Amino acid sequence: MVRSGTLILNVAARLLLPLQLMFSLFLLLRGHDEPGGGFIAGLVAAGAFALYLFAYGRRALGAMLKVSPRDLVGMGLLLGVASTLPAWWYGEPFFTAQWWTIPVIDFKASTPLIFDIGVYLVVLGSVLTAITALVKTDQADDEP
Amino acid sequence: MQLAVLGGFVLAAMAPLLHRWFAARTASVMALLPAAIAAWLIGQWPTIAAGDTLWLEWAWVPGLDITLSFLIDGLAWLFAMLISVIGVLVLVYSGEYLRGHRDLPRFLVVIIAFMMSMLGLVLADNLVALFVFWELTSITSYLLIGFNHTDLAARKAAQQGLFVTVGGGLALLAGFVMLALAGDSWSLAELNARGGQLKEHALYAPLLACVLLGAFTKSAQFPFHFWLPNAMAAPTPVSAYLHSATMVKAGIYLLARLHPALGGTEPWVVTLSLVGALTMATGAFLAIQHTNVKKLLAYSTVMALGTLTMLLGIGTETALIAFVVFLLGHSLYKGALFMVAGILDHETGTKDVTAMGGLRHAMPRTALVAAVAALSLAGLPPLLGFIGKELMLESVLGASDYRGVILPLAFLAAFLTLAVAAIVAIRPFFGPLRETPHTPHEPPGGLLAGPALLAALSLAFGLVPGLLDALVSATVAGIGAGQVEVHLALWHGLNLPLVLSLASLGLGVLVFRHWDRLRSRLARLEPLMARGPEAGYEALMAGMVRIAEWQTRFLQNGYMRNYLVMTLLVLLGLVGHALLVRHTPTLSFALDLYLHEAMVAGLMVAGAVAACVMRSRLAAVAAVGVMGYSIALTFVLFSAPDLAITQLLVETLTVILLVLVLFRLPRFATLSTPVERLRDLVVAGLSGGLITLLMLAVLSGERLPRISDYMVENSQPLGHGHNIVNVILVDFRALDTLGEMFVLALAAIGVYAMLRFHAEEYEARSASRTRRGDDG
Repeated sequence: MVRSGTLILNVAARLLLPLQLMFSLFLLLRGHDEPGGGFIAGLVAAGAFALYLFAYGRRALGAMLKVSPRDLVGMGLLLGVASTLPAWWYGEPFFTAQWWTIPVIDFKASTPLIFDIGVYLVVLGSVLTAITALVKTDQADDEP
Repeated sequence: MQLAVLGGFVLAAMAPLLHRWFAARTASVMALLPAAIAAWLIGQWPTIAAGDTLWLEWAWVPGLDITLSFLIDGLAWLFAMLISVIGVLVLVYSGEYLRGHRDLPRFLVVIIAFMMSMLGLVLADNLVALFVFWELTSITSYLLIGFNHTDLAARKAAQQGLFVTVGGGLALLAGFVMLALAGDSWSLAELNARGGQLKEHALYAPLLACVLLGAFTKSAQFPFHFWLPNAMAAPTPVSAYLHSATMVKAGIYLLARLHPALGGTEPWVVTLSLVGALTMATGAFLAIQHTNVKKLLAYSTVMALGTLTMLLGIGTETALIAFVVFLLGHSLYKGALFMVAGILDHETGTKDVTAMGGLRHAMPRTALVAAVAALSLAGLPPLLGFIGKELMLESVLGASDYRGVILPLAFLAAFLTLAVAAIVAIRPFFGPLRETPHTPHEPPGGLLAGPALLAALSLAFGLVPGLLDALVSATVAGIGAGQVEVHLALWHGLNLPLVLSLASLGLGVLVFRHWDRLRSRLARLEPLMARGPEAGYEALMAGMVRIAEWQTRFLQNGYMRNYLVMTLLVLLGLVGHALLVRHTPTLSFALDLYLHEAMVAGLMVAGAVAACVMRSRLAAVAAVGVMGYSIALTFVLFSAPDLAITQLLVETLTVILLVLVLFRLPRFATLSTPVERLRDLVVAGLSGGLITLLMLAVLSGERLPRISDYMVENSQPLGHGHNIVNVILVDFRALDTLGEMFVLALAAIGVYAMLRFHAEEYEARSASRTRRGDDG
């Protein structure tokens, strides 16, 4: 039932995808100070990929993503847990935020940022897992 | 020492690897660890003998006052020695017993893990650490009983043992928590020093009940004795080790350990003496009904455990000395007898004593070992068992309370045990030679070494009991009798216990002579036995399954509407109760509303109403969408951009998901009756009303200090971020977020699994349909 291949949708998806992804990264990185953050950015990215999925189908999305959405979920959880480890190393209570400034580009790296990237990946992975699973069953119906 | 114990677990995990290197000799190689521990313990003996306590401190979770400190006094030393020395023997024995068995590495993994848990249990000073080791022994015991996992009976017995001991473990945990509250410490040493305070405390009765329940289930006391004989489904080395020498004594150890803290009171004395005596008599009585050599021994173990409990209950100085001697004697002879039973099984292929006979010609050395160990079990001189039994009878005679009840029971147990010993040692080895499935011959040295050494120790300690004086005195000091001069002797003079012993000898021989006839008489009691505690256990388990089935059908019947109603009702009950109890609901509020705000609110209400009355699914979805976007608009109006963005994105994704599923759903139809719809209306209306009241309560003047003030003030200085919502999500409340991440991941996996299996099922069905089409 997902009709892939209409011209307008195809062109729009191809043009919009990089813009949407860049926007989602932008939201992710500015999240700590301005509206945004991992959850919102993950939803934006998931929307972008969903659009691509509608235009080109599941196989094309899989070929572009290279990794399974379920692996994204796993990586996100791993990052989330990993962000708790530096505090442990410094002997501080569990989950204490750690901040480092990277000198040359004056970028503030921190465990909350790593954690937020984890949130981003989990949200993106979960939504894509659900959507691709739904599309898959649709195709099972469509190929009698 | 802690390193040795924890390292033991690592060694256990390495067993399969070691097995690749050492093959059949793995068990002997691994026995080096308990051997080293035993050597270390012997090295500490001078300290222990001097009456000192060895402290090995190690912090574990300092924040919760949980330590992994080991405390080694006489009591702990005795138990640790028994565990490690018998551990060495059992490992050597099982290397031979299970030679060439496919699952030998798995066996070694679990038995080493068990050994270390047991060591931890008897050495730990902290209640929490003790409990952790306690549960570990239950779990490893479960795995060992169910070692032959293809056998249904073994699996069932394993499960029964697990349920009974872990059920008791739950009670024990509750008891420990109360103990720590009442004694204001998690350390056993400190608790024992505060016995008086504990016994006066209001929690004393409940905590004693819980601790006793835990100890009684673990040590197979009446009425929980039934799991132990069933646990004989385990391989024989396991029975020798866990179910006679060590694990079942964990409960006894705990009682002895807590004797200074809890013992000596009226409820303690009554419960322990009576339960112990009853267990003792039950065990001895049930033993003579069985012909399976392992069951015979198992019931006599139940009897011994009862005796130990009873002696702790009596609690006099003599009783405590008797306790230690009986404990040591029992571990030695029972370990030996179980290993002999394993040899008999191994060599003859049967466990039925009535099927064996005349084996002394084929295996004279085994017969000798069995005879020595059985003499100790029977309590005949000159063995350690005799001294233990004499002391036991002496303390029963000296008991101040309930002597009238426990003396006959003790006497009954004494002569029945003598009969059991005779059955085990005489039946298989003497009389005419009988045909057995295997042709018996002397077992290899690896099998005989263990029981031979244990039997030799029984004999040596019996002949020269003075060797044990210092050990018994140190152990008794650990149980809380203070410093006692102990002089054990084989000959106590002609006194009442000796007369009783002689009488029990006569009766025991009589029982043995007429055993076959007696057994067929007792078989008539079968219907009565079928109503024993084990039947109660079965009924309990069946009832549990029935309740589980009922509640699953009731609460989780697969209808979304049912889940929603349940969830909302729970919410209504809990929140509503809290709200009404703590807060007087008011309906007054200042209405200060702009026109555009009123319009947004109106849009929301209209969307909600429309969603309920629409006759088409698409229209209902659109109405819900209107509501969602109105909510987003509200967030914008009250300057919460993060929430607004999130709400908008979620709405958009909902549309995407709906596009995917909408076509697959059945037609929109009315499935519920008018009554159900009315019920749903009431639940929905109440939920709405509750939320309204909650909002009004939050907005009304009286409220708790606002937590958001803290967040606003500290977001920049502590969280280094201006976006408070984000700082809360990834820093202040990051643990909550992490939990939610896991929930989200689980939900995604759930969706994936559900849809994939559905698709597979569909494909399988359509494939079979195609095949059928081809055939037709």
